Amino acid sequence: MKMSDSYTIVVGLEIHIHLATRSKMFCSCELVYGQPPNTRVCPVCLGMPGTLPVMNKTAVEYAVLTAMALRCQIAPLTKWDRKSYYYPDLPKNYQISQYDLPIGSSGYIEISQEDGGTKKIRIRRAHLEEDAGKNIHDAGGYTAVDLNRAGAPLLEIVTEPDMNSPVEVRALAEELRRIVRFLGVSEGDMQKGHMRFEPNINLHIQRNGQVFKTPITEVKNLNSFRALERSIAYEARRQYEEFLEIGRTLQMGNKKTFGWDDEQEITVLQREKEEAHDYRYFPEPDLVPVRLTPEWLAEIESRLCELPLAMERRFQREYGLSRYDAGVLTAERATAEFFEQTMRLGAEPKRVCNFLTQAGLKIANELSVPIDRLRITPETLAKLAQMVESGLVSTTAANLVFEQIAREGGEPEVIVREKNLLQSSDGGQIEVLAEAVIAEQPQAVRDVVEENKKAKKALGFLMGQIIQKAGGQVNPKLVSQILQQKLNALKGKP
Amino acid sequence: MEWTVRALQEQISAGQIRSEEVVKAFFERIDKIEPQVGAFLTLLKETAYEQARSVDEKIAAGQPVGPLAGVPLAIKDNLCMTVGPTTCASKMLEHFYSPYNAHVVENLKAADAVIVGKTNMDEFAMGSSTENSGLKRTCNPWNTSRVPGGSSGGSAAAVAARMCAAALGSDTGGSIRQPAGFCGVVGLKPTYGRVSRYGLVAYGSSLDQIGPITQTVEDSAILLNVIAGYDSRDSTCVSEDIAPVPDYTADLEQPFEGLRIAVVESLLEGAQIEVQQVIAEVLKIYEAQGAQLVPIQMPHFDYAISAYYVIATAEASSNLARYDGVHYGYRSSRAQDYIEVYSKSRDEALGPEVKRRIMLGTFALSSGYYDAYYLKALKVRNLIREDFTRAFEQADCLMLPVSPTTAFRLGEKTADPLQMYLADIYTIAVNLAGVPAASIPCGLDRSRLPIGFQIVTAPFTEQTLLRIARMYERCTCWHQQLPEIAQ
Repeated sequence: MKMSDSYTIVVGLEIHIHLATRSKMFCSCELVYGQPPNTRVCPVCLGMPGTLPVMNKTAVEYAVLTAMALRCQIAPLTKWDRKSYYYPDLPKNYQISQYDLPIGSSGYIEISQEDGGTKKIRIRRAHLEEDAGKNIHDAGGYTAVDLNRAGAPLLEIVTEPDMNSPVEVRALAEELRRIVRFLGVSEGDMQKGHMRFEPNINLHIQRNGQVFKTPITEVKNLNSFRALERSIAYEARRQYEEFLEIGRTLQMGNKKTFGWDDEQEITVLQREKEEAHDYRYFPEPDLVPVRLTPEWLAEIESRLCELPLAMERRFQREYGLSRYDAGVLTAERATAEFFEQTMRLGAEPKRVCNFLTQAGLKIANELSVPIDRLRITPETLAKLAQMVESGLVSTTAANLVFEQIAREGGEPEVIVREKNLLQSSDGGQIEVLAEAVIAEQPQAVRDVVEENKKAKKALGFLMGQIIQKAGGQVNPKLVSQILQQKLNALKGKP
Repeated sequence: MEWTVRALQEQISAGQIRSEEVVKAFFERIDKIEPQVGAFLTLLKETAYEQARSVDEKIAAGQPVGPLAGVPLAIKDNLCMTVGPTTCASKMLEHFYSPYNAHVVENLKAADAVIVGKTNMDEFAMGSSTENSGLKRTCNPWNTSRVPGGSSGGSAAAVAARMCAAALGSDTGGSIRQPAGFCGVVGLKPTYGRVSRYGLVAYGSSLDQIGPITQTVEDSAILLNVIAGYDSRDSTCVSEDIAPVPDYTADLEQPFEGLRIAVVESLLEGAQIEVQQVIAEVLKIYEAQGAQLVPIQMPHFDYAISAYYVIATAEASSNLARYDGVHYGYRSSRAQDYIEVYSKSRDEALGPEVKRRIMLGTFALSSGYYDAYYLKALKVRNLIREDFTRAFEQADCLMLPVSPTTAFRLGEKTADPLQMYLADIYTIAVNLAGVPAASIPCGLDRSRLPIGFQIVTAPFTEQTLLRIARMYERCTCWHQQLPEIAQ
């Protein structure tokens, strides 16, 4: 093994995204998941004789919107093509897709890099097609076919081979998920198979001033970010070892297709040679070409929003948030917008961020709703944050208030009063309590005054005693301040 | 009893005769004639009587009834119906029951028509003689040793023998007009996009169109009134904002003043002498009514057959891919694995002509051949469209034979598919251009076999077309001639 070799991983990605339209791509069947097999079907998506497809306009708009977000050129005239292949889950034995006039082409997507920078990954094309059904192979010695999914609108996005590590590929996949969820065009639910990935991978190996390219492999049908990342890392290792062993390089027709074994975390060879696929594409005669008029495009463009990565960067810049915090806030459009609305009311960013990313997301998850569907509003949150800021309630108490409002609604002032959560900022009362505690705890006071090993612990203990005496409803900052003054006064004495 | 749609509808609606009696009379004719003709794949006696009685009840109760109230019609068996199987005359679909009704069937029902049966055809509408039916042989009622034409041979034979008042057929390359011509009845192929194809089992999607086969021009107008119009389930169906649907019967009796008829001299030469002579007679009848003949050229007409057999077969190879034995239809019992479910089911259930066309189409769409065949055929198609556009700038209609010959003998051309294809010369270009055309009976040859002539007009001018047809029909009595078998 030559230790002098260094190599670059080169990856291009094909992504299939299920669009969240109400009905299927070419019929009016409702799109719902998890229904009993073959209950969400009609003569059209079953491919019955004599049926004809009718285009779902919303799906086209969703595809255009996504292509716009990916800075693609939008085709003013696009059309449908039939892609022919025989498979039991494909009722017509052709798939209605788009061949030479995809809705979007030549775009790019920006992804975040580990060093905090961004990288542009070029998008080759984005087109619409109908999904196939599902073959279920463990149907008691038979293969059963479920066509509930057949005809679901799929957006296929193909990138250029611009990614150079498993981490980058994962970042792209996650960024794309965040974008489609921001745009509201897909739920991007990985569990429901809303996104499927097919990476094309090879290595550029530098040796003795020469570059050797390994044969490309395609890994089919990955449906989690983890599988995507690991399969690429695995393939890179496997390809390098294979290169060392037999030294084969990239040639026409030596592309291989692999599957991913999620248990063993290895790729499994499916097809040795790229079969001479002949899909016999030709224009779908049952559908008319789609003219994307300037007016229509303008209307779709008006639905475009600030993209999540740009927003994440702006949150860091404008609100001084960490990259992590900004990332969590912009994971969902609802959270990000809730945050911004609260900011507009003059609240403190980090405090609001903490409310939202901790209690807020926890409760939203629990109720499985987006954060803006909780009972709390930006107005009440801003008020609550202000109360903490001015010392009226403790952070702990405020979290309780937040949770109650989030679940049941209500005004923070009222809840704080009802639950007696207002914390005392009455200096006189605290002084009295502090003096009492100092008198009761001579040992702890000595530890502090002598500044011995136990000093820090003792100070905390004294603080705790005062807060306890006040029944918890005191401003800890003020307690600490007053206690310090009194102890300092003691230190000054001989 | 007069058997036309118009006459029956009038008498039934007026309560002069009950639909049930009419239906009974037709079934009696069917019992007598059908064994010699074989026009029907399925007879729907039970539901036909039910429909008839329900119309009779409506009329007795003084309720309004539709424009086809109680009139017995037949439907080509590639139109989906929930009653009876929809076979396309193929073993593949011999026991296939459609879960829905075709758009035109819905319309007929809404018009209170009675459907007596489903008619025989060339398998999946591929053929010109109905001999490619995988299920039955149909004979020409005028001479049972002759073919009825095809692919809507069953529909044309049924109307010619008066086993139904009228029928629906479908026309991809002449499949309404040519059998209508061979059987001496009126066949109309409307403009592509005029009638919804929803529920018509596809052969060549960009060419297929449903139309009526009737005894008279007026009956064609009445049926077209019922089946024409927009349907959101067919994206290629034209909106009525762009092409409104008129009442096709409205000015039928009004002759077209100053009619200009385009004639392509060179095209006539290929036809049988008797056909040429009869066409000349037809033109004289129009001239006598003040029409003017305009000799024109159709420079790309000669390429129509080649282009057609690329485009239609390419579309067919894809349209018929769904008949695979997996989801419905015939499945071979000998298949060992899923690939064999496909190959054996298709091999055992599809007929030789269907296989031939699937292979032709698959070849034409294959990578490396697409540009040379399919793309080139599309270019030819555009040139042919332009030929028609130019023709209709100079004239109001084009007149042509329907077929170079009258009905040929059963078995005469089955061994030579190319001869069969070439016989479609006069009808095919019309489908490529998408324009409307009708076949009108205009004579009998010396063996007493019907001859038809063809009128072609500009897109969405069926009203004009029918008026022009009626100008001829009212001066002649060919449409009243009956085959001996039906007298």
